Amino acid sequence: MQQEIIIAGFGGQGILSAGRLLAYAGMLENKNVSWLPSYGPEMRGGTANCHVIISDEPVGSPILNSATALVVMNGPSLEKFEGMIVKGGVIITDSSLVDKSPKRTDVDVFEIPATKMASDMGNLTFANIILLGKLIGKTGIVSKESFAEALKKVLPEKKHNLIPEEMKALEDGMNY
Amino acid sequence: MGEKLLMKGNEVIAEAALRAGCKHYFGYPITPQTEIAHYMAKKMPEVDGVFVQAESEVAAINMVYGAAAAGARVLTSSSSPGISLKQEGISYIAGAELPCVIVNIVRCGPGLGGILPAQCDYFQAVKGGGHGDYKMVVLAPSSVQELYELTVDAFNIADKYRIVTMIMGDGILGQMMEAVEFRNQEEIIPADKSWATTGTEMKRDNNMVTSIYINPEMLEKHNQKLQAKYKQIEENETRVEVYNCENPDIIITAFGTVARIVKNVIKTAEKEGIKIGLIRPISLWPFPTQEFEKYAEVPKAFLSVELNAGQMVEDVKLAVNGKRPVHFYGRMGGMIPSQQEILDKVKEILK
Amino acid sequence: MATVFKRPHALKDLSMHYCPGCTHGIVHRLIAEVIDELGIEGKTIGVSPVGCTYNNYEYFNCDMVQAAHGRAPAVGTGIKRVNPDNLVFTYQGDGDLAAIGTAEIVHAATRGEKITSIFVNNAIYGMTSGQMAPTTLMNQVTTTSPFGRKPDLHGFPVKVCELLSTLEGAVYVERVSVHDIKNIMNAKKAIKKAFQIQMAGKGFAIVEILSTCPTNWGLKPVDALKWVQDKMIPFYPLGNFKGKDLEV
Ligand SMILES: Cc1ncc(C[n+]2csc(CCOP(=O)(O)OP(=O)(O)O)c2C)c(N)n1
Ligand code: SF4
Ligand SMILES: [Mg+2]
Repeated sequence: MQQEIIIAGFGGQGILSAGRLLAYAGMLENKNVSWLPSYGPEMRGGTANCHVIISDEPVGSPILNSATALVVMNGPSLEKFEGMIVKGGVIITDSSLVDKSPKRTDVDVFEIPATKMASDMGNLTFANIILLGKLIGKTGIVSKESFAEALKKVLPEKKHNLIPEEMKALEDGMNY
Repeated sequence: MGEKLLMKGNEVIAEAALRAGCKHYFGYPITPQTEIAHYMAKKMPEVDGVFVQAESEVAAINMVYGAAAAGARVLTSSSSPGISLKQEGISYIAGAELPCVIVNIVRCGPGLGGILPAQCDYFQAVKGGGHGDYKMVVLAPSSVQELYELTVDAFNIADKYRIVTMIMGDGILGQMMEAVEFRNQEEIIPADKSWATTGTEMKRDNNMVTSIYINPEMLEKHNQKLQAKYKQIEENETRVEVYNCENPDIIITAFGTVARIVKNVIKTAEKEGIKIGLIRPISLWPFPTQEFEKYAEVPKAFLSVELNAGQMVEDVKLAVNGKRPVHFYGRMGGMIPSQQEILDKVKEILK
Repeated sequence: MATVFKRPHALKDLSMHYCPGCTHGIVHRLIAEVIDELGIEGKTIGVSPVGCTYNNYEYFNCDMVQAAHGRAPAVGTGIKRVNPDNLVFTYQGDGDLAAIGTAEIVHAATRGEKITSIFVNNAIYGMTSGQMAPTTLMNQVTTTSPFGRKPDLHGFPVKVCELLSTLEGAVYVERVSVHDIKNIMNAKKAIKKAFQIQMAGKGFAIVEILSTCPTNWGLKPVDALKWVQDKMIPFYPLGNFKGKDLEV
């Protein structure tokens, strides 16, 4: 089994760190993982995306030509990447920021007002976690427990007090 | 082995260097390898080491020359345009037979080009780049774990032979995160550095580090000594991965990240009944010529896939020596060949 | 209706790629206005650096050449020596001019090369994500001075105008800023004078412009303007260092 995820949006939305958390959780489950960010001046005020692979076998190319899941936090990214999702795959959008719906009818689509939900929780930076919640809930790509463990590894010690809230955000996303 | 960590390629290079006992880093910022410098700036103080941001790559490589002459394990890193500026210094370091490690996280050229992945500096790395009959050992990892292991090895090779050793990767390898497991302790092979300029303390004859030999007899002797050393390195330090090469229809050759894409192609092709083998040079110099000789008559043809206009393919042709046709497929400018493109090329060749 | 504000002809009608609050764009506009006012677009040749403005050759309507990192003054020399009637300017950042390109700028000035350098000092390497520059202030935190710039590790910031004004070939040297309207107007005057000096064949001219990099300073645009006022100007005093009274 190999799960291939593209996460995309604007710089500053926690796109890269969401991918990193997912990859870390996969690694903690002893899967083979890779995380590849977009890099360079294209990131200046513009878009950011990352490719994440979580696989039972050694990861070949870390660059994705197609993916099993897409998580998007802005309109241009939906347009750019939706064509890359395999039939039967998953597209999750932050409907607070993406006003159009995906055109694809052969994939599972979930539109979640993640930024709105995060703002109601009082912390905008949770939007990416809410979306990951849906992804994890729908695909079982990693377990909730591994995700909690990954948060511990990735977040600096002084932010560990946020973990319970982050896990709440994850669950809100799962249950949406 | 210790705990598995998820780390960025560039940071792993820096961490590996520190583990290999490198306490001196000199560099100048350039994308896509600058995380090496950022990591060193943070970590060197913890090990009482030295991080200097030089005013240019020209200065940085000459700081390396000085630090190596003084007997230190020393690292510099850059990307293509910066590596071009280092060429003069590399030639001097080679001439003076000093050990050092240089990282080139290659980007696309020529000129300012672009910052995306490329392998267009293969010729520069393995055929010279600077002036004179010199060689550097060039290692091309294809995973983050290998980046770690080869960086440690690079320091040992550099010290053992008093030679410049280059780690050549691309932006994918430098920027990606993968699992890496560090050993509890690195094997740091002790090297005799009695030639280093550390001060005579009035206890020994003075040491001299130089690359100039005005007397032609002496300079020829010096060159012969270098060539003998290179011969020895060819015998001892060639590294290669041979994958799926029993009775393949075709053997693809690729190094670095491209080899990873090829491995995916191999799987897909198998389902279609096409058997592809892979020879992945890990040391680009010394080139694994013998491995190619061994398999020269096994497949119907060879195909070299590279992120350039066709560079390593020349060495493959020399090694295969006309026994089978050698084809080429490449992308440039930061474009990456898809699996499908490579498979289509294979089918076209086998038709 | 009378037009009170329009895009200078020397600037193309494109949106620039700089970050919100970056003052590189203002400097571009000032150069273009001066080119318009002096009516020299047809004979001006600009040299783009390596830095965030690497592709500003796309923004100007005059001829432009892109140079390697730090080499713009040498490239400008080549252009000027082929056609002394051209007006040649280089546009350079502090990493480009004061680190890797120190030899080129010092020797262009030493030779009294009749070119003009527009030197944008934002105390950091913008393009490559915020490394220490030669002009980085003491204690300033950057990605390569994570514990702040310290004298024993990193030495001291270089004052380019003060340094170059010791050279006889440099006939006009001025430092300006673009953090508020009054200073923007002054900056334009200095650029104009520097171009006129070149046209009069007097020698090398440089205008250093204190500029913001909110992205890599980690400041909001308004706070970045204030940082120029409160932190940079006390260390990099504004004013003319040489050539104020030159006749043009
Ligand atoms: C030979 C070489 N070395 C390094 C680089 C990478 N590089 C690109 S821009 C830059 C620094 C730019 O800083 P600055 O001149 O201050 O301009 P800013 O972006 O701040 O405007 C560097 C080091 C390069 N392109 N070429
Ligand atoms: S990184 Fe800094 S200098 Fe570059 S465009 Fe952004 S604000 Fe301007
Ligand atoms: Mg700068």
